[in-house]
Amino acid sequence: MRRIFGALLAAVIAPATAYAQIDIPVIYLKQEQEQPPVLSNLDPIPEDRGLAGAQLGLSDNATTGGFMGHNYTLEIIDVPLDGDLQAAAQDALTRSPYIILDAPAASQLSVADLPEAQNAILFNGSAYDSDLRGDNCRANLLHTLPSNAMRADALMQFVLFKRWDDLVMVKGAHADDVTFADSLNASATKFGLKIDKTKDWIFDADMRRNAAQEVPLFTQELGDYDLLLLADELHDFGRYIAYNTWEPRPVAGSEGLVPVAWAPVVEQWGAAQLQSRFVDQSARDMTPRDYGAWAAMRAIGEAVTRTNSADPATLRDFILSDQFELAGFKGRPLSFRTWNGQLRQPIPLVTERALVAQAPLPGYLHQRTELDTLGIDEPESTCEAFK
Amino acid sequence: MKHLMLALLLGTTALPATAGEIWVTNEKDDTISVIDTDTLEVTRTIETGERPRGITFSKDYSVVYICASDSDTVQVMDPNTGEVLHNLPSGEDPEQFVLHPNDRHLYIANEDDAVTTVVDTETRQVIAQINVGIEPEGMAVSPDGAYAITTSETTNMAHWIDTESRKIVANTLVDARPRHAEFAAGGSELWVSAEIGGTVSIFDVESKAEKGKIKFEVKGVHPDRVQPVGFEFTEDEKTVFVALGPSNHVAVVNAETYEVEDYILVGRRVWHMDFNGDKSHLFTTNGVSGDVTVIDVAKRKPIKTIKVGRFPWGAAYRP
Repeated sequence: MRRIFGALLAAVIAPATAYAQIDIPVIYLKQEQEQPPVLSNLDPIPEDRGLAGAQLGLSDNATTGGFMGHNYTLEIIDVPLDGDLQAAAQDALTRSPYIILDAPAASQLSVADLPEAQNAILFNGSAYDSDLRGDNCRANLLHTLPSNAMRADALMQFVLFKRWDDLVMVKGAHADDVTFADSLNASATKFGLKIDKTKDWIFDADMRRNAAQEVPLFTQELGDYDLLLLADELHDFGRYIAYNTWEPRPVAGSEGLVPVAWAPVVEQWGAAQLQSRFVDQSARDMTPRDYGAWAAMRAIGEAVTRTNSADPATLRDFILSDQFELAGFKGRPLSFRTWNGQLRQPIPLVTERALVAQAPLPGYLHQRTELDTLGIDEPESTCEAFK
Repeated sequence: MKHLMLALLLGTTALPATAGEIWVTNEKDDTISVIDTDTLEVTRTIETGERPRGITFSKDYSVVYICASDSDTVQVMDPNTGEVLHNLPSGEDPEQFVLHPNDRHLYIANEDDAVTTVVDTETRQVIAQINVGIEPEGMAVSPDGAYAITTSETTNMAHWIDTESRKIVANTLVDARPRHAEFAAGGSELWVSAEIGGTVSIFDVESKAEKGKIKFEVKGVHPDRVQPVGFEFTEDEKTVFVALGPSNHVAVVNAETYEVEDYILVGRRVWHMDFNGDKSHLFTTNGVSGDVTVIDVAKRKPIKTIKVGRFPWGAAYRP
């Protein structure tokens, strides 16, 4: 399935200064994924999750583009569950070197490794896997979504700040739960902490009916602690843990206090405007993946605006240079890490109703920028492709 | 009670002619705090529409215009009584505006709408709406009235609007998140601050080319947190004071050499500012700490902090 969104705003005003007429086609390539069933029916995953962010980024770019003679378009390619992603990517790459990927980590690698993709710029707006920024990084794959390592570090900074250092964890069985739990463990070690006890979520009953009976007993075995971490990235059981624990303690991780790329409660630093533009466009809240895709689109736009070029090599050089600054509505300029192509960014720590804190927290210092206290820093990076 | 208030109000207006006032809009209190420039005390708190931000007086100070952003209107208030005389149509979410030298046309940035609205304050009619970039905010008008400028935060541009044709005649790129614009050097220069870019750019009005860029460096503050927003020139236009947002400092810049001469520590997240009558004192709005810092202009030192409402935003002087 293919659809093309034109840059509607492009024709509003003729550019007064002579800028080169440039076309910048961007392709949003999505691999449909199996969604495992979860206990609650409360929060259906929006069908256009991610894509809607790219569309908002398109209209943001198109406004600047309209004044400069830069014409942005967004083509959407939706590959069904049993479809051939690589073939779709090969086809897409004949039309544009700029692709935003909405696919699991392994699928993204299969696209990045295509011979046709070697001079392309691919954006990961959907996979948190730290591995994609480490051993399995690719020079043509940039990451606008933060890694699990960045999210976990944000939470651990808060844990240390609050001195809630007696930690326990309950983790789910899905691969995403396991990788998030691994990141939490690694981050705890990084900040000199330790997750004392971990229990696997093994219940297969419907928790809406018996959480109150089961969870106290289940968590009683964890003994006393300060904070219960939850690794439940599919949002299956985690929502039933808070207030049902044996000890009266807060929860954090996938539920409770959550480290995110973006949330509807982020309203400072002009974010309220981005939120309201998004709601006007899509009639729903902006999710982290929408933010990832929006940032990818805006990164392309910013690079084109500043270089007045649509050449991928020129844009890649600019994006990875210290000239690049993206105003990402998080209170400070965002830029890319030159050692693994990750967009460095603050990580909001949120509840459903409020922004509790935003990492990096005050006091976590770094010689380059405090933003690099989150995630994989240059000395510990195992990424070779960017060298 | 009402009579007593009125008597008090009459009492303040009867003070010697030197006494002036700084009017501060409190974004999260829906009020204006009025500061006496002699006593440096808040003398009145006036209720406004929702989320007041931009504020400016008419030439003769007979009325004050207030952007009530969340009420989607510009309020016209009698500054003596604090009574709202009427509302002007402003387009959606008016944030900041500038009054044309003709004392009649308001150029309003509609932040949520990517539009600049021109309103005739006499007929109370919208006379033009101009499509600009996303999140327009900074507004300026040249001293001769020929150009109005809108800067747009997400589009990162200064849009030059011809006030005759009310069309955009030029767009100049600036650094990330432009916030405020002012004409200087007798109207031959345009200054634009960029919050996320961390710079103030100076453009030559004639050629519209960039002729200078000011960068800031506050000791002990990471460059990312040095975010220029509002700025004001001294009477002789030789010095400019630049609010640096969350770095909690105001920079003192030589307007001729573009060199930063000093940094003054003020309250948290300093946003906009205005001078008193003889420009001996500067009043800065500090959003996060909810106060106003008074700076001795000659000594370049803060001399007092005045508590106002929640999230003070704009400041405007009246004699």
